[in-house]
Amino acid sequence: MHTLMSFVAGLVFGFGLLLSGMSNPAKVQGFLDLAGRWDPSLALVMGGAILVGLFAFRAAHLRVRTLLGGAMRLPSSHDLRKPLVLGSLAFGIGWGLAGFCPGPALVSLGTGEIKAVVFVAAMLGGMGVFDLIERIRGPLPAAAE
Amino acid sequence: MTVDWTHFTPWHALFGGILIGVAAALFALFNGRIAGISGIAAGLLRPMHGDRAWRLAFLGGLVLAPVAWGLFAALPEARIDAGYGTLVVAGLLVGIGTRYGAGCTSGHGVCGLSRLSPRSLVATLSFMGAGFATLFVIRHLIGA
Repeated sequence: MHTLMSFVAGLVFGFGLLLSGMSNPAKVQGFLDLAGRWDPSLALVMGGAILVGLFAFRAAHLRVRTLLGGAMRLPSSHDLRKPLVLGSLAFGIGWGLAGFCPGPALVSLGTGEIKAVVFVAAMLGGMGVFDLIERIRGPLPAAAE
Repeated sequence: MTVDWTHFTPWHALFGGILIGVAAALFALFNGRIAGISGIAAGLLRPMHGDRAWRLAFLGGLVLAPVAWGLFAALPEARIDAGYGTLVVAGLLVGIGTRYGAGCTSGHGVCGLSRLSPRSLVATLSFMGAGFATLFVIRHLIGA
């Protein structure tokens, strides 16, 4: 049941990305290009998602167990550390260069787009590099978000 | 700033966003987890006991979304301007960056802001700022 709900959530997420136009890198770059002809669509996508999310996460945080009876595993970390900012800055540069973040890249993979295959392979490679560096430096922190 | 009215799609953006919010809501309430796509993908690279199935199922849903969509309607337009070299560099930056930053547009941007998490606000402002700066550099400084 957990696996099925996971699949449904992924599928609906993918439909949302397709409907909103966010699976189109040119449209994402149109949002990030403030100095050009600006396409504000991405802001409304975030707004729509957060509108639903505000209620959903409030409800989720009040619950001890999930609707399927499992454990709630929402992140509880509050510390602001340098890697959070530096990592996010690096992510933002990559996002701007390609117009892809992880979700839309995976959706584009399903359209058979060869450029998405290249991007996703490089992205997984980057995640592997992180694991490698952190393994050399010491025990791995748990993957949360 | 000039708004590109021909490409601005407010209703599709809003309803698509609501669908994304519904997906995140389902995942939080039924699975008790954050729909953070970079984290879900990264966890597959070092799977822990019993978490491979739900990770693969979520990512499988994402990848199959356009296939299911294509059964009923034409897929929306997608244009990738970046060349292969740029895509490799961008992919590496997104992969490493989302791990050190512990999240991406979905985990921090959608779920984190919905949870009013200060960490996610900092992360979102950081990657949005870097994205704005990057487009300014590639389109108006060197690409002009």
